[in-house]
Amino acid sequence: MATAVLPSEYNTLDEGEPLEIELKQPWLAALLAWLVPGLGHLYQGRTGKGLLFFVCIMGAFWYGMYLGGGHVVYASTPEQDLRWQYYCQLGAGGVALPALVQRSRVMDDKPPFGQPAVEPGKLTDDERPWYAPPRNDQVQTTDDSDNISRQPNELSRWIVDHNPHFEIGTVYTMIAGLLNLLVVCDAYAGPLVIRSKDHPEGDSSQDNS
Amino acid sequence: MIPSLAILPPLLAVTMLWYAAPLIVVVSLVCAATRHEFMQPILSHAARFAVWIVVFMGLFMGMISLLDWWA
Repeated sequence: MATAVLPSEYNTLDEGEPLEIELKQPWLAALLAWLVPGLGHLYQGRTGKGLLFFVCIMGAFWYGMYLGGGHVVYASTPEQDLRWQYYCQLGAGGVALPALVQRSRVMDDKPPFGQPAVEPGKLTDDERPWYAPPRNDQVQTTDDSDNISRQPNELSRWIVDHNPHFEIGTVYTMIAGLLNLLVVCDAYAGPLVIRSKDHPEGDSSQDNS
Repeated sequence: MIPSLAILPPLLAVTMLWYAAPLIVVVSLVCAATRHEFMQPILSHAARFAVWIVVFMGLFMGMISLLDWWA
């Protein structure tokens, strides 16, 4: 059984006693933590932290999706096979994976899942499914003052329609994905302990036997 | 008025800044939870970390404002 040992100063509940944490099947827990934030900790019986991670990371991810109208998580653009922001979003695990499916369908010249048949150039925001990459066609958009403009591609229209929330939503989902990487490490190896100068011997140790 | 104080009302009026608040809460809680195992030290660490982030952002913003004022 893998364990992690925390020095006493890291936990106020047991002053003076190091805390030993049982890390049940670290690889499986790490995989579960990546798929669903917090699930790895629930699997290891670390319920409080599991729920905290789930609420925080899923909350940030879905709030970001809400801000960007559901379009901020997509895997590719007409210019990029894999956009760099998606590498960060992919850290959130299962909630970001549908973008890969939508990308592969678009690259195979198939309509993305959930895409109704519409006349090109007449798309409305609701007609593009979530996680689908933006199209490179010129599109028309109408602002709050009923002014109509043409945008060079669908990504430009999303940015204009959701200005400035599209960028903010992208940042929210990216940070959610990056934070989940910390959660995966915590599920695999336990809390990160930084050795203090005052307690050089009070370090953490991990036993994978 | 001191330049850094003069920009405070416009800054408060910028609602974009408020989008940072949920992120600060989430980042501080998750980072703190990856360093402790129980809720009490997690919350305590998160509170300190959140204050540190806000102070850092404030200092950075102040520095940029000063540079803008001097330019």
